[in-house]
Amino acid sequence: MTETASQAGEGRLADNIAYFARALRIAGLPVGPGAVLEAIAAVEAAGIGTRDDFYWTLHAVFVKRHEHSILFDQAFRIFWRRRALIEKLIAQMSPIAPGGMKDETKPPAGALRVAEALAAPKQEQPDPVERTEFSARLTVSDREVLKAKDFAQMSAAEITAAKQLISEMSLPHDELATRRLLPDPKGRRIDPRRTFRRSLRGGGAVIDLAYQSPAIRHAPLVALMDISGSMAEYSRLFLHFLHAIAEKRRRVHSFVFATRLTNISRELTSRDPDEALARASKRVQDWEGGTRIAHALHDFNRHWSRRVLGQGAVVLLFTDGLEREVTAELTFEMDRLKRSCRRLIWLNPLLRFDAFEARASGIRAMLPHVDEFRPIHNLDSMAGLCRALSGDSTERTNPRQWLRAS
Amino acid sequence: MSCYEAVTPVAERPGSIDETLALLKSAGYIAGRPLATVLFLALKLGRPLFLEGEAGVGKTEIAKVLSQALGRRLIRLQCYEGLDVASAVYEWNYAGQMMAIRLAEAGGSVDRDTLESDLFSERYLVKRPLLQALEPDTAGVPVLLIDELDRTDEAFEAFLLEVLSDFQVTIPELGTVRAEHPPIVVITSNRTREVHDALKRRCFYHWIDYPDAEHELAILRSRLPDAPERLTREIVGFVQGIRKEDLFKAPGVAETLDWASALIELDAVALDPALVSDTLGVLLKYQDDIQKMHGSRAKEMLDRVQGSLRSAE
Repeated sequence: MTETASQAGEGRLADNIAYFARALRIAGLPVGPGAVLEAIAAVEAAGIGTRDDFYWTLHAVFVKRHEHSILFDQAFRIFWRRRALIEKLIAQMSPIAPGGMKDETKPPAGALRVAEALAAPKQEQPDPVERTEFSARLTVSDREVLKAKDFAQMSAAEITAAKQLISEMSLPHDELATRRLLPDPKGRRIDPRRTFRRSLRGGGAVIDLAYQSPAIRHAPLVALMDISGSMAEYSRLFLHFLHAIAEKRRRVHSFVFATRLTNISRELTSRDPDEALARASKRVQDWEGGTRIAHALHDFNRHWSRRVLGQGAVVLLFTDGLEREVTAELTFEMDRLKRSCRRLIWLNPLLRFDAFEARASGIRAMLPHVDEFRPIHNLDSMAGLCRALSGDSTERTNPRQWLRAS
Repeated sequence: MSCYEAVTPVAERPGSIDETLALLKSAGYIAGRPLATVLFLALKLGRPLFLEGEAGVGKTEIAKVLSQALGRRLIRLQCYEGLDVASAVYEWNYAGQMMAIRLAEAGGSVDRDTLESDLFSERYLVKRPLLQALEPDTAGVPVLLIDELDRTDEAFEAFLLEVLSDFQVTIPELGTVRAEHPPIVVITSNRTREVHDALKRRCFYHWIDYPDAEHELAILRSRLPDAPERLTREIVGFVQGIRKEDLFKAPGVAETLDWASALIELDAVALDPALVSDTLGVLLKYQDDIQKMHGSRAKEMLDRVQGSLRSAE
């Protein structure tokens, strides 16, 4: 190839790569302008040999996560087959969530059946007496009323106010000592590095001891949330609660499940809670369907537990525990979950009922494996959860008391 | 940290993807073309290579093979929680400094400036892997292996970001150490935690998957040339089958190689159900998995593998 011809060729190639990067960006890959320059450099370095080499060269530059491989693959195939098909590409790519390709046909069929199957157990429960919390209305401030009010009974305006209160809530101080050391004048370990540097100030005659102590940081928090129909009123506000926590600190992982498990941690990191929730709900495909708790837990234990439960994680399991078919699998998966985390806290909105008894077989199967069993139906119970996470021992409840009582 | 002596003369970096493949093969590593492409780009453009994948698919091995094939020194930084600058970059030899202070006092010549420049000189500097990797080497730039990055915390990752983008480290008492030529960096992660995007952005990323049957066969043949051909084929067929099962931890290439060596030690020429049951612990590392595959399940799979091998002949 002559020099001018190769330059012209590269020019067109560079344009094409830039277009391709744009298509990838629209498909949801975080591709910046820097990556485009890099891709051009990489293609120049590798030379365009076979189609495969070209594929893997671009793959090396643009894909930074294993989940994105699938998106890249599709984009590549469509884009480089024929030029100027970006519009088509956009239409095809945007609704596909990363990694959601494999079992796309399976869940909907099951989902419907499970949804139907699960409509019944609600009636099997004895109709409990709701706590009467309205009487307080005349004696305390609105704020206080709101705090004790069941989420399910709130009006739209009250829910907005509650969201506001959630974002202002004092969040848990569940801190752990790590093995990293930080300077600390009250520490108990001698810090040799700083000690020697300080001693040199005086010419090395006096050794002025400096101390250090282990760094403290938040424990990872993992929330597993049931978003089936029976939990609808509570799950949305709990998501707000999670968003409030996720915004203030790192290492909060959120998963939702009804018929299948979805990781929404990334979506929840958006600054604005409404936007975060909108993005999360777009990602989740089975809002308010039925539940398969054992299945979801199995999925979590197998695919996520080793990735997110490190470093002393606390698990918040948010579900009513009304599993239609209680099998040995549920017990097994609960047991495994319990053994993989530091603390397993079960949040159950059913505890709002005064006469709650652990009768449902799903609840009885799960209860022996949790460290704590807490209500989550109003703002007070959320504040209680924060205190419990902070290690307030008065907040501790023994889940076995529910098994004994009934 | 471990070093490989330069057994081969310093080889030049490969000039094309095919040369990269050949280079890896010469050192006994059978790589797929995708991996060779990424590796070639990383070497050519001087960027770190970020490898992710399940345990035992040969991520760490890449760095070892690379150092061996190119005749470079291998510097390994094994990550763990709480890894700090003192054990990753450098540390002062406090005991030595202390002694120097005492000796200077005893000699009666405590001059502040000379004492300070003496104490904070290279003599008392303990160099850790990252600093070693930045130093010039007669055998060419070393291979820096940062192993299991996901085990450290975010703070170290942020620090690494700085080192990997500028290839320099500042020691306040001595000044800045800058690498004239950036080392060949290989980072591995098991994905027990997501590594921050900012760090990944600076690297070429590659996910190493379990190899397919043909590829695995090639690996086994190259690593264990003494193994009987029939045994090798059966092992690969069985392992490929077992990876499709719903297991907590599917066996990696490392496990396949371990299993094959174990079977060779047992003088096996072909697999039989009893032998598989007895040696399953080499392949599977979780009791649940072993229980699941034990007995009839393993036999069934073995029959299938042997059947398909027979029909292929």
